[in-house]
Amino acid sequence: MQRQVIDISALPDHAFGSRSIMWWSTCTIIAIEATVFAVAIASYFYLQGNEETWPPPNIMLPGLKWGTVNVAIMLASLVPNELVKRASEQLDLRKVRLWSVVADLFAVAFIVVRGLEFTTLNVDWDSNAYGSVLWTLLGLHTIHLVTELGEGVVLTVLMFTKHGREPRRFVDLYEGCFYWYFVVLSWLPIYVVLYWVPRIL
Amino acid sequence: VSGAHVGRSTPVPDVLIREQMGPYSLAGDDKLHEALDKTWKPATGPFRWFLQVDHHILGKRFIITAFIWFALGGILALLMRTQLARPENPFLSADQYNQIFTMHGVTMMFLFAVPVMEAVAVYMIPLLVGSRALAFPRLTAFSYYMFLFGGIMIYAAFLLNMAPDTGWFAYFPLSSPEYAPGKRVDAWAQLVNFTEISALAVAIEIVVTVLKQRAPGMSINRIPLYVWSMLVTSFMIVFAMPAVMMASNYMALDRLVGTHFFNPAEGGDPLLWQHMFWFFGHPEVYIIFIPALGMVSTIVTTFCGRKVFGYTAMVLAQIATGFIGFGLWVHHMFATGLPQSGESFFTAASIMIAIPSGVQIFCWIATIWLGKPRFEPPLLFVLGFVAIFVLGGLSGVMVASIPIDLQVHDTFFVVAHLHYVLIGGAVFPLLGILYYWFPKMTGRLMNARAGHISFWLLFVGFNLTFFPMHKLGLIGMPRRIYTYHPETGWARLNLLSTLGAAVLAAGVLVYIGNALVSAKRGRIAGRNPWDAPTLEWATASPPPHYNFIHVPVVSDPEPLWHDPQHAPVVTGLSTIEKEVLITRTFDAEPDHRYTLPTPTPWPFLTALATGLMFVGLMFTPWALVAGIPVATVMAIGWFWPTTPEKEGEVPSEHAKVDSAEAPA
Repeated sequence: MQRQVIDISALPDHAFGSRSIMWWSTCTIIAIEATVFAVAIASYFYLQGNEETWPPPNIMLPGLKWGTVNVAIMLASLVPNELVKRASEQLDLRKVRLWSVVADLFAVAFIVVRGLEFTTLNVDWDSNAYGSVLWTLLGLHTIHLVTELGEGVVLTVLMFTKHGREPRRFVDLYEGCFYWYFVVLSWLPIYVVLYWVPRIL
Repeated sequence: VSGAHVGRSTPVPDVLIREQMGPYSLAGDDKLHEALDKTWKPATGPFRWFLQVDHHILGKRFIITAFIWFALGGILALLMRTQLARPENPFLSADQYNQIFTMHGVTMMFLFAVPVMEAVAVYMIPLLVGSRALAFPRLTAFSYYMFLFGGIMIYAAFLLNMAPDTGWFAYFPLSSPEYAPGKRVDAWAQLVNFTEISALAVAIEIVVTVLKQRAPGMSINRIPLYVWSMLVTSFMIVFAMPAVMMASNYMALDRLVGTHFFNPAEGGDPLLWQHMFWFFGHPEVYIIFIPALGMVSTIVTTFCGRKVFGYTAMVLAQIATGFIGFGLWVHHMFATGLPQSGESFFTAASIMIAIPSGVQIFCWIATIWLGKPRFEPPLLFVLGFVAIFVLGGLSGVMVASIPIDLQVHDTFFVVAHLHYVLIGGAVFPLLGILYYWFPKMTGRLMNARAGHISFWLLFVGFNLTFFPMHKLGLIGMPRRIYTYHPETGWARLNLLSTLGAAVLAAGVLVYIGNALVSAKRGRIAGRNPWDAPTLEWATASPPPHYNFIHVPVVSDPEPLWHDPQHAPVVTGLSTIEKEVLITRTFDAEPDHRYTLPTPTPWPFLTALATGLMFVGLMFTPWALVAGIPVATVMAIGWFWPTTPEKEGEVPSEHAKVDSAEAPA
């Protein structure tokens, strides 16, 4: 008795984008993290509804300067990030190494500026609920920045070792870039909430 | 680890191998089995417990651990029932009672209900979708250890008189630093971190496995209903759990570093807690209940011997339940004085969710009506589920209406309702499906007579325990009181309820005893003892570590009922690496191959570092500073590739088994 056989041994052992399981797991993690940010932002507005003025009386507005500088740095970091992503897809090790290092330097830069941001919030976390939610939102996003830097550095170092030639490492890097987009783009609504909502609403 | 899978060291006759390997095998597969068995072998040696990444081993561990917490939570329930059996009983103090009812709720909700549903999926989902393994095996291991450590942490706290005592939903201001000094509530906050990380990790694996690792041909209109239910559940976990994690972290911050999220004196709001908690808490009910819907559909299909009535309606009903489940949370807060128009919206949503549930109930009835039902224990558990769940649904529609809710809020009526929904809606189907899948996991059948006895004890005991609580609530008995006066007139119904609890406990004991004895001495099951239609029954019982000798190609939602001997099979996956086939998301066409990791200690070490950090965070925020670098080192160890990976072509099985001859 004969039966049909589908031989898949010629199929590739890696794939990029929505074909890859890394892409789907990254998407799921982004969904989780986006929900975390959404819940935090919702609690910000909930607490705002309890106050007559926002910020509450006798509290200065958060300083605009460093947050805005960080918007610029983060948006600029999307350029090396995209170059890493494209080089990964082409399995171009030389370019991947170059642009990963540049991207990591950007990550270091915005973490330094983030440190300065904390000094200009003009409120402490234990002053009142406004201060608590401000520090928490900024802290949450900072955790993402630090994690992303850590992951970026590990992957960059990996690309300078013998493992860097393995196509699956390029997939990892590619998905890392995808997640970076999320970390940067999620900053924009948080930036608006932290710095502009108290000025406008 | 598993005793009865094919091969091992002694040679097995070819015929037997074929019987064990099932319909998707080819001539000459015994050699292939030897190679795959070697490649997919779990860790061995004295430290193997810390190294496993095999989804069968981790799934079983997960289930057994969840049932240990279930048993402990059940013992706590019996202590409460003993205390309430008569008025002014001196058996427990108020403080002990507070800890016990909180621990009972925490155990059942965080350590049993959600984890056990995911645990069953960890074992079964790869088998049902026709894959060699669950996606991200090391993450499964990490998830298991986080779950285990969380449970150990909270029970250690309990033994140290440090168990949370503010109810499983830990309302503010009762849980605030002013009203709950000490570390009891901090233990609650960290337990949430343990269990939610574990739950989210498994949810990611299920999403990816279901979307990307299905057997070729299993397009989305052929996915078994149980698999659909776990997919919907996993998406609900993804969107619901972050709310409770944020809530518990706000709680920890308020208690540890003096933030004011829930402190009304400084602009915070205790109601914010309720919103955040129930935005998770209500979907949680459906996270527990939707897997049970899939289990019920599975059992009904097999034991009625026909495909389920209204497959598409069933899938849409599950998805609709998943969505509407997020629009109900405020009905837990009707007594907090929210705006009436808002409350009415949530009443409407709460009543609307009865529609998809009704659709499914009628589809099951139609399936049973049109099929030839075999009343074996799994189907009995399903019928018990239908009876109990319909009653729970009716009291649910009642409390969804604001005037009734205000009347019975915080009374035993709500206790009755929630146990009808959760035990009827989830535990009965769970016990049914475990009876059903027991032979697949162990190779042996559970004893049918003991199965019948356990069902009737559970069914009668359950109703005796919880039905009187409706009446107790209506005549005014509040929940969470440690005792009551004789003049209240609540004594007789309480005594009846306590007697019922004893019967219920006897049912659980018979069920667990049946499982333990049958695992050793039960009748050998064979590959497909129920004549069931889905892929998990196409392979040996228990399955080999690689699940399927060849990944099957399916063309029907009930593949084993449609001439599987002649269906095409896949060849060409590596025999020397743990390779799985990745298929396309919607149509499940083969796309590429993907290699999974070998046994490793890093998930255990990462979980240990993370767990110690969480425990430290009950006492000092500096635990974060100390813990993160350690956890990072562990995580790097986890992600760092272990071997220089080979260049060029990976040898594969196809050269050896090109003779495409099916067994007679």
